[in-house]
Amino acid sequence: MTPQQRATTPRTSADRLGRLLNLVPYLLARPGILVSEAAADLGVTERQLREDLELLWVCGLPGYGPGDLIDMALDGDRVTISHDAGMDKPLRLNPDEALALIVALRMLAETPGIGTRDAIERALAKIESAAGDLATAPVAVRLPANQKKLAAVRAAVDSGNALRLTYYTAARDETSERVVDPMRMLMVGGFAYLEAWCRRAEGTRLFRIDRIDGFTELPEPSAPPVEAVPHDVTGGVFRPGPDLPLVTLRVGRGGRWITEYYPVEEVTRETGEWRVTMRVTDLGWAQRFLAGLGPDVTVLGPPELVERIRAQAATALDQYSAG
Amino acid sequence: MSRTRTERLVNLVICLLSTRRFLTAAQIALTVPGYEHDPEDPRDHEAFQRKFERDKAELRELGVPLETGTASIFDQEPGYRIAPREYALPDILLEPDEAAAVGIAARLWQHAGLAAAASSGLAKLRAAGVEVDPQATLGVEPVVTVDPSFGPLTAAARQRRAVTFKYRVPEVDEPTTRRLEPWGVVCWRGRWYVVGHDKDRAATRCFRLSRIVGDVRATGQPDAFTPPGDTDLISHVAHLSGPVARTGRATVTVRPGRAAGLRRLAAESVATPDGDRLTILYGDAEWLASRIAGYGPDARAEGPPELRTAVIQHLKELVSRHEVTAVSR
Repeated sequence: MTPQQRATTPRTSADRLGRLLNLVPYLLARPGILVSEAAADLGVTERQLREDLELLWVCGLPGYGPGDLIDMALDGDRVTISHDAGMDKPLRLNPDEALALIVALRMLAETPGIGTRDAIERALAKIESAAGDLATAPVAVRLPANQKKLAAVRAAVDSGNALRLTYYTAARDETSERVVDPMRMLMVGGFAYLEAWCRRAEGTRLFRIDRIDGFTELPEPSAPPVEAVPHDVTGGVFRPGPDLPLVTLRVGRGGRWITEYYPVEEVTRETGEWRVTMRVTDLGWAQRFLAGLGPDVTVLGPPELVERIRAQAATALDQYSAG
Repeated sequence: MSRTRTERLVNLVICLLSTRRFLTAAQIALTVPGYEHDPEDPRDHEAFQRKFERDKAELRELGVPLETGTASIFDQEPGYRIAPREYALPDILLEPDEAAAVGIAARLWQHAGLAAAASSGLAKLRAAGVEVDPQATLGVEPVVTVDPSFGPLTAAARQRRAVTFKYRVPEVDEPTTRRLEPWGVVCWRGRWYVVGHDKDRAATRCFRLSRIVGDVRATGQPDAFTPPGDTDLISHVAHLSGPVARTGRATVTVRPGRAAGLRRLAAESVATPDGDRLTILYGDAEWLASRIAGYGPDARAEGPPELRTAVIQHLKELVSRHEVTAVSR
C-alpha cells in the first residue's frame, strides 16, 4: 500500500460506516423508494447502494435469526424496510456537522437582500435545537451593510427582466450604460455582486452592487445565451492572469496593507521597505490607484507608468501655482 | 475497512443500542459475530482485545456515544452500551422552505473548510426524513471561504482550550508566537477573525485568520477558561472600523467628462466655465487628498485650505519620488 492509499482508506471506510448507519432510517422514512433515486440522493452509485443493502441484510439484533435481522423488500427497483432492528434514527450531528450547518445558516440569515430570512431563522432555530449542546457554535457572522441597494437590485433581478445598468468601472474610471441579462447574485469576501450577461461586452460579468449607480427594468425577459457561464469565484473575484502588465512598487510600512487587500505576486524585504510586484488590468487604473496611496508607495516600473505618474502630478501642481 | 469489519461494527452498534445492561467485552465477544476467539489462548485473546479497542475508537471517531459503566457493583469488568436517546438525532420537522434553506446553507461551503461536514450533516437530516430540494436557490448566494486555521480555532473555542500560533502582521516581517484563549471566531465584512484573551498581553485581542502562519496548536486542558458572559464577539472586531463621520465639505473642480470616481462621491455638481464644480463631504482630508492627487490634472481641490494644502503636498511628493526613480534607472 502506498502512503497515499493508507491516508485515504480510513476516511472512506468511516464514510461507509456512517452511510450505513444513516441508510436504514433514510429508507424507513421513504417506503418504496426507487434504488436509483435513493442512490442519487445519497451521492453514491446504484451499485454501491445495492452492496450496502446486501451488507445490512445480514446485520441485526443479537440472535441473528429471521426476526432479528434487518429486513427489507427489494421489489425490482424499489426498496422498503420491513424490520429496522432498532436503527430507526440517524446518529446525531457531530460537532463539525453542527458547526458547518449553523454557521452557514447564520451566514445566510446575515446576507442582505435574501427574501426568505424568516424561513432561514426558523430553520436555524430547529437545527440549533437538534444540535443540543453543540448549538453554541463559537462563530459570529456580520456581513456588510448597504442592504437597501442590494434589496432593490434583487427585487429587479427577481422580476426576471433584463436590466439597464448605470455602472461605474473602476478600471477605466468611467460610468457607462449597458443592458444586462441577470443570472445570479453573490456575496464574495464582503462585497455583493450581480452576475449577468453583458450584451455590450458579449460576456458574463460580475457587477459590484455598490458600483451600480442606477438601474431600470426593461420590458423584456432576461435571456442569458447558452454561452453565459457563471464564474468560479471560490478563489476570489479578481484572479490576475500572467498576461496582465506587471507593476513593481517600493512600499513603506504605512502602505504595507495593500498586500492584504490586493492580489500581489511577490513581496521581498529591502532594508526597512518592501519590493512588491502585482498585476494590474489597466495602467490608467494603476496610475490613479497607486498615485492615490500616499507617500508610502513609490512605483519602480514599468518606466512608462513611473513617467506617467510623475508627469500627471507635475501638470496638476501647475494648476495650483497658476491659481 | 473490510466488509467483515463494517458488518461487525454495524452489528456492534445495533447490539449496544438494544441493550439496557452494560455489556462487558467478553459478553460482546460471545454475542456479536466477528469477535469469536478462544479467551483461554493468550495470543488469541490479545488479538481480540486489540480489535475491540480499534472498533470502539472507530465508533467514537464517528460520534457514536459509547457509554462505559458496570452492570452491578459486583462487576469488575467495565461494560458498554449506547443510550438511544444520546445516539439519535432528535426529531426535526422542517417545513419545505426551511429544508430548502438548510440545503442551500450546506452548499455554501462548496470546496471550503467544512464542505464534507456540511454534506454529512445534511445526509443525517435526510435520513431523519427531511426532503431537501437540491435545486432551490435564495436569490443571493454567499460564497463562503475560510482560512485553514478556522477548524482548529473553532474546535479550541468549543472545547475552551488555549491555543498557540505564529502570527504575521504585514508591517513586521518575522511572525511572532501568540498564546490565546479563544472565545470565538467572527466573520466581519468577508474576513475572519478570532477573538479571545491574549495570555501574553493579558488583554482582549482580535487576530485575523489570514495572518496566521502554519498550524494552530491546542495546548493544555479542555475547559481551561470561561469566556466573559454575554460576549458580543462582533463588537470586538467591529470597533476596529466604525463608520466615519463626514463633517468636511470639499469643493473640487473636475474636467468635463473626467474623474468619474470623484463625481460618484459628490453630493452636488455644478457646471462652470472651468469645469464641473463638485461638493464632496468627507471625514478624512488625507484620504480625499490622495484620491484627488491620483486624478492628476483632471481634478483640482479648491478648498477648504486643509484639503488644498494636503493635495499640493501629495503631488509634490509624487513628483519627487518618481523623478528620483526615473533617474536611477
